[in-house]
Amino acid sequence: MPKDSGIGASIKRREDVRFLTGRGRYTDDINLRGQAHVAFLRSNVAHGRLRGVDTAAAAAMPGVVRIFTGEDFAAVGGLPCGWQVTGRDGQVMKEPKHPVLAHGKVRHVGDPIAAVVAETYEQARDAAEAIAVDIESLPAVVDMAAALAPGSALVHDDLGTNLCYDWGFIEDSKAAVAAAIAAAHHVTTLDLVNNRLIPNAMEPRVAVGDYNSASGESTLYTTSQNPHVIRLLMGAFVLGIPEHKLRVVAPDVGGGFGSKIFHYAEEALCTFAARALNRPVKWTAQRSESFVTDAHGRDHVTRIELALDRDGHFLAIRTSTLANMGAYLSTFAPSVPTYLHGTLMAGNYKTPHIYVNVKAVFTNTVPVDAYRGAGRPEATFQLERVIDKAAREMGIDPVEIRRRNFVDAFPYQTPVAVAYDTGNYHATMDKLVTIADLAGFEKRRAASAAKGLLRGLGLNCYIEACGIAPSHLVGQLGARAGLYESATVRVNATGGIVVMTGSHSHGQGHETTFAQVIADMIGIPEAQVEIVHGDTANAPMGMGTYGSRSLAVGGSAMVRAANKIISKARKIAAHLMEAAEGDIELKDGKFRVAGTDKSVDWGAVCLAAYVPHNYPLAELEPGLEETAFYDPANFTFPAGAYACEVEVDPETGRVTIDRFAAADDFGNIVNPMVVDGQVHGGIGQGIGQALLERAVYDANGQLLSGTYMDYAMPRADDLPSYVVDHSCATPCTHNPLGVKGCGEAGAIGSPPAVVNAVIDALHRGGHAHVTHIDMPLSPARVWAAMQG
Amino acid sequence: MYAFEFTRPKTVAEAVAALAGEDAQALGGGQTLIPTLKQRLASPGMLVSLAGIAAMRGVSVAGGTLTVGGGTTHAAVARGAAAAFPALAALAGRIGDPAVRNRGTIGGSLANNDPSACYPAAVLAAGASVVTDRREIAADDFFRGMFATALEAGEIITAVRFPVPQRAAYAKFVQPASRFALVGVFVAKSAAGVRVAVTGASEGGVFRWTQAEAALAADFRPEAVRGLRAAAAGMIGDLHGSPEYRAHLVGVMTARAVAAA
Amino acid sequence: MAKVAMTVNGKAVSGEVEGRTLLVQFLREGLGLTGTHVGCDTSQCGACVVHIDGAAVKACAVFALDAEGASVRTIEGMANADGSLSAIQQAFQDHHALQCGFCTPGMVMSAAALLAENPKPTEREVREYLEGNLCRCTGYHNIVKAIMAASGQEVAIAAE
Repeated sequence: MPKDSGIGASIKRREDVRFLTGRGRYTDDINLRGQAHVAFLRSNVAHGRLRGVDTAAAAAMPGVVRIFTGEDFAAVGGLPCGWQVTGRDGQVMKEPKHPVLAHGKVRHVGDPIAAVVAETYEQARDAAEAIAVDIESLPAVVDMAAALAPGSALVHDDLGTNLCYDWGFIEDSKAAVAAAIAAAHHVTTLDLVNNRLIPNAMEPRVAVGDYNSASGESTLYTTSQNPHVIRLLMGAFVLGIPEHKLRVVAPDVGGGFGSKIFHYAEEALCTFAARALNRPVKWTAQRSESFVTDAHGRDHVTRIELALDRDGHFLAIRTSTLANMGAYLSTFAPSVPTYLHGTLMAGNYKTPHIYVNVKAVFTNTVPVDAYRGAGRPEATFQLERVIDKAAREMGIDPVEIRRRNFVDAFPYQTPVAVAYDTGNYHATMDKLVTIADLAGFEKRRAASAAKGLLRGLGLNCYIEACGIAPSHLVGQLGARAGLYESATVRVNATGGIVVMTGSHSHGQGHETTFAQVIADMIGIPEAQVEIVHGDTANAPMGMGTYGSRSLAVGGSAMVRAANKIISKARKIAAHLMEAAEGDIELKDGKFRVAGTDKSVDWGAVCLAAYVPHNYPLAELEPGLEETAFYDPANFTFPAGAYACEVEVDPETGRVTIDRFAAADDFGNIVNPMVVDGQVHGGIGQGIGQALLERAVYDANGQLLSGTYMDYAMPRADDLPSYVVDHSCATPCTHNPLGVKGCGEAGAIGSPPAVVNAVIDALHRGGHAHVTHIDMPLSPARVWAAMQG
Repeated sequence: MYAFEFTRPKTVAEAVAALAGEDAQALGGGQTLIPTLKQRLASPGMLVSLAGIAAMRGVSVAGGTLTVGGGTTHAAVARGAAAAFPALAALAGRIGDPAVRNRGTIGGSLANNDPSACYPAAVLAAGASVVTDRREIAADDFFRGMFATALEAGEIITAVRFPVPQRAAYAKFVQPASRFALVGVFVAKSAAGVRVAVTGASEGGVFRWTQAEAALAADFRPEAVRGLRAAAAGMIGDLHGSPEYRAHLVGVMTARAVAAA
Repeated sequence: MAKVAMTVNGKAVSGEVEGRTLLVQFLREGLGLTGTHVGCDTSQCGACVVHIDGAAVKACAVFALDAEGASVRTIEGMANADGSLSAIQQAFQDHHALQCGFCTPGMVMSAAALLAENPKPTEREVREYLEGNLCRCTGYHNIVKAIMAASGQEVAIAAE
């Protein structure tokens, strides 16, 4: 019987009602009295020296309030980077200044040069066009290999190089890896590109700055996944506003996928301008502006080598990657190709020797940072592609080669620093074989062949590290932040509960699922629990939502705070019933004295806490409100196995996905319906990467795929229905709920399955020379590959 | 968008008069023009909306000719032509998306002559004629290359007259992002012969593939064009496909259109 | 500025607009109906879909003045008269067909238009009809499922 309440129940989402009736409150829905509007003048060249910005004519245009340029920000800080990577030679990464508005040079198409504040948006835009900008165009640095060649133009002259860092992981294992590869029976090598993506949350970014001259308080309403982080970064590092005079509100947010983690120039500009002008200032991104300002994702060029013994056991893995940073270091950019990528290179397998090298490169392109999966899709893709290639070369079944190498004893210490606490990779593979009906493949292949189509089957495994992250560990690795989470549980006098969480929901459904956890712990209906998030004015310092961390870290903080509440309430109950505290049990919203029929309701205990007439005031404070911070002991390690079946039209190269199955191990599940939805969405984005999406720059650094006319977003008829299963659960061993996280799995696990399936189809169709096609596998690329 | 005046005439004559004004620009369904205006790539002084002209809407059939009013939406063509000219109805029913089809018009599409639009292929293959406020233009004379037509300044497409072919079909291979035609081929067989019009592929816009027409005139079966190859020279090359790929698709889509006709 | 008058969700409304004012701007800024969203500037994402005289259109690709005299329906007008969710809205909640909610108003409006013209669509027809509505959260699976369910058909698409 499916549960109908509490942990494990597919409860319908309470937030849906407002979204379905047009009553959501997104940042662009906020209009403050007297607000002015901002339009940015942005660079239309990728690289150039700013020789002059003349705003005189523009400033005289109708409605113009003020024009800001880089000079206005000379006295404030630049946009900070939150992670410092140390390279092979012990050198810390090169860290360029990232001005709020361009100063000296423009470094990518879209780099903001000036911000016009006017009474209306169209007036601001008219005036922005009237600004006379004198730019000396410089050669654009676009290709990463060329950027590292001697004599290349430099994105940042003062750094003297386009190399941000050269990172080896783990440097001491390099020689052993080389020796293992040299001595191996078989080595499979694969060169591949992990295509650059544009996150494209459907809600464009918006910032509304406000200033109260009476209190001296600034408020920023922004489309953010982590309002406290923005408050800290912008307040402390950019504008010099202390936290108690700065409030950041992220109301309903229309998707993020990583792109709304980072602190962006427009947020600082609107906050700064509101204070300077003493009136609210609003900026709403046009979608074409989003394409050239939201941090992009992926963009790795990689060579991977896999060494195997005669029986297909993995002996060593060596990978070498160029990772594009873009023109500046976005907030968490340096961590993505390193600690979110190199640490995952073991995958689900026992490979004794692994070495990862990553060179991060500056180019005249939009900054690149975390996008759904962030580093882990790049690791999974190269690993699962090279395994597939090795299996084919050695004539071993792709399921079998994986099974031969699975980690099967836990905890397992990988050679790339992380230790997996638990998992069962054979179980998820067994489940996949069933739900994907691999046994029926041959029959389906024959049916496709009868239609003139080539059917292929691809599968892969994945592992990810979620629940980011133990602060002491990431601190050692260069993070300039702690990665705990917080929650305050406020119980009202009549028993209702408000939880203020530092996690942020921008589609994940926390308002429903977090309430399920609290309701389950106390034994009261979910309707008695309200979840509040997204406002620094009422939630404790939180690190926000990304890296599939909300439930594993934020949920754990909430459980801790709730346990403090329950512990205190038990004392009150003991007092009320004149029993020993140790004899008090909480069940179904009642405190009972064990072994008796004496009980007191949850509501009565809460009332006693706030109306403490009969109350142990000497030992206990009145009230029932507790805050907890939770810092995880380890990452969590969700894992799974995915399978994809495609049909390829041999005449056109068009790939159609016919079947897709995912068997995941997320540990314990709070709301299966919501988890299914997270997996569906991740798979949709993964298939998008595999078949459709690609940010393309030309040699001059112009973004060719700058609108939905050229950047192919997955649509309903591009995608199949999915079969998803998360019944293989090995609960996380180190957080109170035993949960692992599910938000990124689909995006991590699906691209290799799709590509493996297409390669399989081509091989079965007589195109054995095709060993790899770079994503996206567009019809044109697949057709070209078939031509040889 | 830059600011402009807006007028919504009720008759063709009023519209023609309004378009005589300085920097006046006709607005059909707006599904291409409005995004263009948003990008500030056009700055008309006045927009003359044709949406209020009832006489320019509708589909009618008489004497083997199907007439579509210039202001008829794609959705209305998909419904109105379904019985008499199903190939045209199917083409109209796959332009853009449903919401675009409820606004976009045949006149607007033809006047814009996007090299990847679908309608030009149907008009050219069917040997239709474009009726304006001042004359009737044969399809072979109407299309003048990418985004260029025989229309004069201020000239309004009031209707399109299609001689209904005996057999016809449109085969479209979509560009994955825009869903416009990467290559679209309309094949029409009538008493006068076979016409094959290709959109999406050529830098010169819609064109007739005469080599295929000759082969199909002799033998109207997919096999007749299997061995033919369109020339890659002059084909569009972009991030969605090379000239060679487009040239290849012209052959594939032609065969598929014939098979479906 | 010019005067425009239309019916929105059954109520007569009017306002002063510029020639370049889009219907979506009139709805959001003029009438405060912020349920209709803007997700792109090339008329492709479909977050702004509303009905004009019963037909689904993109409110970002229609000038307010071209909606003169029209009957416009937005997401705010989709619930039942008593305020409860309509069958389509309820199906979206029941089948978890929304996550961040930003594309949802356009999805619901397109779904309603589809079912009005094709009350029993196939799964393929649903997917094709949603060609002009982008969703980045759901992978569309549950949206398709919800629309099938709202049409009163057994939800035959892939298992839970």
